[in-house]
Amino acid sequence: MTDFFYLIPIALALGAVGLAAFLWSLKSGQYEDLDGAAARILSNEDDNPIVKVRQPNPAPEKGEGFGKELKQ
Amino acid sequence: MTCCAPSVEFADARFDRHRARNDEMLLASHDVGEGLRQTDLSVPTIHCGGCIQKIESTLDALPGVEQARVNLSTKRVTIRWRADGAPPPLIESLSRMGYEAHLYDAVADSKDDTVAKLVRALAVAGFAASNIMLLSVSIWSGAEPATRDLFHWISAVIAVPAVVYCGRIFFGSAWQSLRHGQTNMDVPISIGVLLAFGLSLYETFNRGPHAYFDASITLLFFLLIGRTLDHMMRERARVAVKGLARLAPRGALILQPDGAQIYLPLSEIRPGMTILLTAGDRVPVDCRILKGQSDIDCSLVSGESIPQTAGAGSLLQAGTLSLTGPLTIVATAAAKDSFLAEMIQMMEAAESGRSTYRRIADRAARLYAPVVHVAAVVTFIGWVAATGDVHRALTIAIAVLIITCPCALGLAVPMVQVVAARRLFEQGIMLKDGGALERLAEVETVVFDKTGTLTLGEPRLVDASTIAPDAFELAVVIASHSQHPYSRALVAAHQGPVRSPTSMTSVSEYPGSGLEARIGPTVHRLGRPEWALAGGEASHSVSEMGTIVLSKNGQYLATFQFVDRLRSGVHEAVAALAKDGLAVEVLSGDREEAVRRLASALGVPHYSPVSPADKATHIASMEASGRKVLMVGDGLNDAPALVAAHASMAPASAADVGRNAADLVFLSESLLSVPQAVTVARNARRLVRENLIIAVGYNAIAMPVAILGYVTPLIAAVAMSLSSLIVVANALRLGDSRRRNQHKGDSPKRSLPSSRFALEGRK
Repeated sequence: MTDFFYLIPIALALGAVGLAAFLWSLKSGQYEDLDGAAARILSNEDDNPIVKVRQPNPAPEKGEGFGKELKQ
Repeated sequence: MTCCAPSVEFADARFDRHRARNDEMLLASHDVGEGLRQTDLSVPTIHCGGCIQKIESTLDALPGVEQARVNLSTKRVTIRWRADGAPPPLIESLSRMGYEAHLYDAVADSKDDTVAKLVRALAVAGFAASNIMLLSVSIWSGAEPATRDLFHWISAVIAVPAVVYCGRIFFGSAWQSLRHGQTNMDVPISIGVLLAFGLSLYETFNRGPHAYFDASITLLFFLLIGRTLDHMMRERARVAVKGLARLAPRGALILQPDGAQIYLPLSEIRPGMTILLTAGDRVPVDCRILKGQSDIDCSLVSGESIPQTAGAGSLLQAGTLSLTGPLTIVATAAAKDSFLAEMIQMMEAAESGRSTYRRIADRAARLYAPVVHVAAVVTFIGWVAATGDVHRALTIAIAVLIITCPCALGLAVPMVQVVAARRLFEQGIMLKDGGALERLAEVETVVFDKTGTLTLGEPRLVDASTIAPDAFELAVVIASHSQHPYSRALVAAHQGPVRSPTSMTSVSEYPGSGLEARIGPTVHRLGRPEWALAGGEASHSVSEMGTIVLSKNGQYLATFQFVDRLRSGVHEAVAALAKDGLAVEVLSGDREEAVRRLASALGVPHYSPVSPADKATHIASMEASGRKVLMVGDGLNDAPALVAAHASMAPASAADVGRNAADLVFLSESLLSVPQAVTVARNARRLVRENLIIAVGYNAIAMPVAILGYVTPLIAAVAMSLSSLIVVANALRLGDSRRRNQHKGDSPKRSLPSSRFALEGRK
C-alpha cells in the first residue's frame, strides 16, 4: 500500500515529462516538415532551421481565404 | 507604341518587367527584424533530398541571402535576406536550376493555428486519459475502499485541468450554437462530459464507489482525434491550394505626372492614375488604354477563348492578360470597384441566397440529442418513482448519457472524410472540408464551364504534317521571338531540329497583327491574313481568326490553323458521369458557335454566351427547382456560379477567386478528376451511413442495459472504446472499395479512343 506513495507520483511525473517534451517539440517546429527531416538526415552539412516568426497583424486581402469555410 | 521602333520598346518592357518583379518581391516579403526580410516561395517541383541541398546551397550563395530553408512537406522555400540591398534574384536562380517558383503570401497564411491548438489539446487529453485509465483499471480490479478513494482524488486532480483545457473546444462551440437557438454535435457531447464529470466529482467528495473520470476524458480524447484529423485534412488542402501560382497582380507600375515610375500595391491605385503594363502582365484594375496596342486574353474573365486586339481607347477589365505589346493605361476604377470586386459582390449575393447546408453529423445530432436526453430524464424519473433514491436515479441517468454519448457520430464521420480526403489527395484533388464531400455525393447535375475547364484555353496547331517543311521551319524561327499563344503553339508543334536561321536582320512584333522578320531585303510576315498578304483582302479559306499565314514580300507561303486544346479525358469524364446517372451541361461565356460545336460533340446541352450574373442565376434556379448542381469552372466569371452551386470544383489553373471559392481543386490536367471525386464522395456517403447505423445499433443495445442500471464505469469504458474502434475500422475500408472500383472501371475506360476533339476558331 505504502508503495503507492512514491510509485504513483513517479509514474505521473514521467508522463508529464513526456507530455512536456512533446509540447516543446511541437512548439519548436519539429513537425513542420516531416518529409524534409527524413531527407535531411542523409545530408552531411550543417542544418539550422529557420525560427518561425509570428506576424503581428496579418492583412488578408478581400477574396482570399475560403469564403465558404468562414461562413459555415 | 509606334510601329517604327518596336525593338526599343521591347528592351524597355523587359527592363520594366524586371523592376516590377523586384518591387513585387519587396511587397510580398516581410520584415523579420535585425535588418532582415523574409520571402516565401512556393516551388511545386521539389521532391527529394537532392532538391533540398541543391536549392539551399545555390540560394545561400546568392549575395544578400542570409539563409534559405526548404520545406519538403509543403514544397516551399523560406529565404531571409538583408534588407539594405535590392531583393536577391531568387526566382531567376531557381528557374535557371529548373525549378518553377512563385511568390507565396506567408503573412496572410500564418493566422490559422487551430491545428496546433487541437494537437496540444489532444496531447493533454492523451496524457490524462492514459493515467486516469491506469488508476481506473486498478479500481475495477477491486481496490480497497481507502485506495479507491485515493485514486479517485488523484484522477480528479488530473481530470479537472484536462477537462477544462481540452473540453473548451467543444464547450465553446456548443455554447455558441445554443445561444443561436440551434443544436450541433457539440451540445450532447458537452452535456454528457460535463454531467459525467460533475457526478464523478460529487462521488469523489462523498467517497462513492463509482466515478466516471476515465469515461469523460476518454470521450474527449476520441473526439479530439476526429476533430484534429478533420482540421489537418483541411489545412493540407488549404496549403496545397495556396501554393499555386497567384494570377492576380499584387500591384502595378505607376507613371507619375513628373515622369517618375513607382510600384504601388493594388489597394493604392486610384482612378486616373497612369499605369505601365508590360506584355505578359495581367490588368490590375478596370482601365482604358492610352497608348499602345496588344492582344488581350480574356479567357479568365469572360470565357472567350480567342485573344482580342485592343488599341488606344479600348476599355479593359481587371484580370485580363496583355499578351504581346506594352501598354500605357489609365485606371478607370479603384481595385475595390473593379470587375473582380463586382464578382466578389455577386459571390456574396449567391452565398446568401443559397440554403445553408447542415452537415450529416449535425443533422444526426438534431434527432439524436433529444432522444438521448429524453431517455435520460425518463430514466431518472422512473428510478425515482420506483425506488425513491434520488442519488441512485441520478447516477443511472448519467450512465445513460455516458453510454450513449455520440462517440461514433463525433469520430466516425470525420474519420470517413479524412480517409476520403486522403484518397482524393493521392489523385491530385484537394478537398477543402468534409461538408463539401457530403454535398458532392448529393449532386445530380454537373455543369461545366468551357474555356479553361473543358478546354485548356491554349491553342494547338492542327494538320502540322500538311505544311511545307521549309515554310514551317521559317515560321517557327520567327515565332520563337514572340510570347503570343499562337507563336508558342507553333514552336511547340515543331518537332526535330530547326535549321539555324538565315541571317535575320530584325524581327518585330505588331500587336494585333503579327510578326515581321527582315532577311536582307526580303520581308517575311507571320500573322493575320489581311495584314500579311499584299492583297489586303483575305481569301475565303483563310478568313478565320484561328488562322495565320506566312508571307514573303506579301506573297502567300503557308497557312497555320489553330484550335483550342481539349483537356484530356473530357469524353471519358462525361461518359463516366453519365454512367453514374448524372446529367451534364455546358455553361459558357464564349461565343455560341464554339460552345455548340464542343457540346454537340460531347452530346450534352449547352447555354451560351452567358454573363457571369446569368451563370449564377441559372445555377440558382436549378437549385431552387430541387436539382443539386456540381459546378466545374475556372474563370473569374464562374466564381459566382461556383458559390451558388451545391458543390463546386475548379482546376488548379483557375483564377485565384474561383480557386478559393471552389470546394475542391484538382491539380491534374485530366478532367477524369471530376467523376473520380464524385465516386469517392458517394463511397464516403455509404460508409458514413453504415457508421451511423452501427452507432444507432450500438445504442439500441447499450441503452436498455444502461436504463436498467447495469452499467458500471468499466462497462462504459469497454463499450465506448469498442464502438469507436468499430467505426474507425469501417471508415478505413474506403481505401479498399476504391481499389476495387478502379479495377472494375479501368478496362472499359482504356478501351475508349482517346480522341481529342478539335474546336475550331471563330468567325
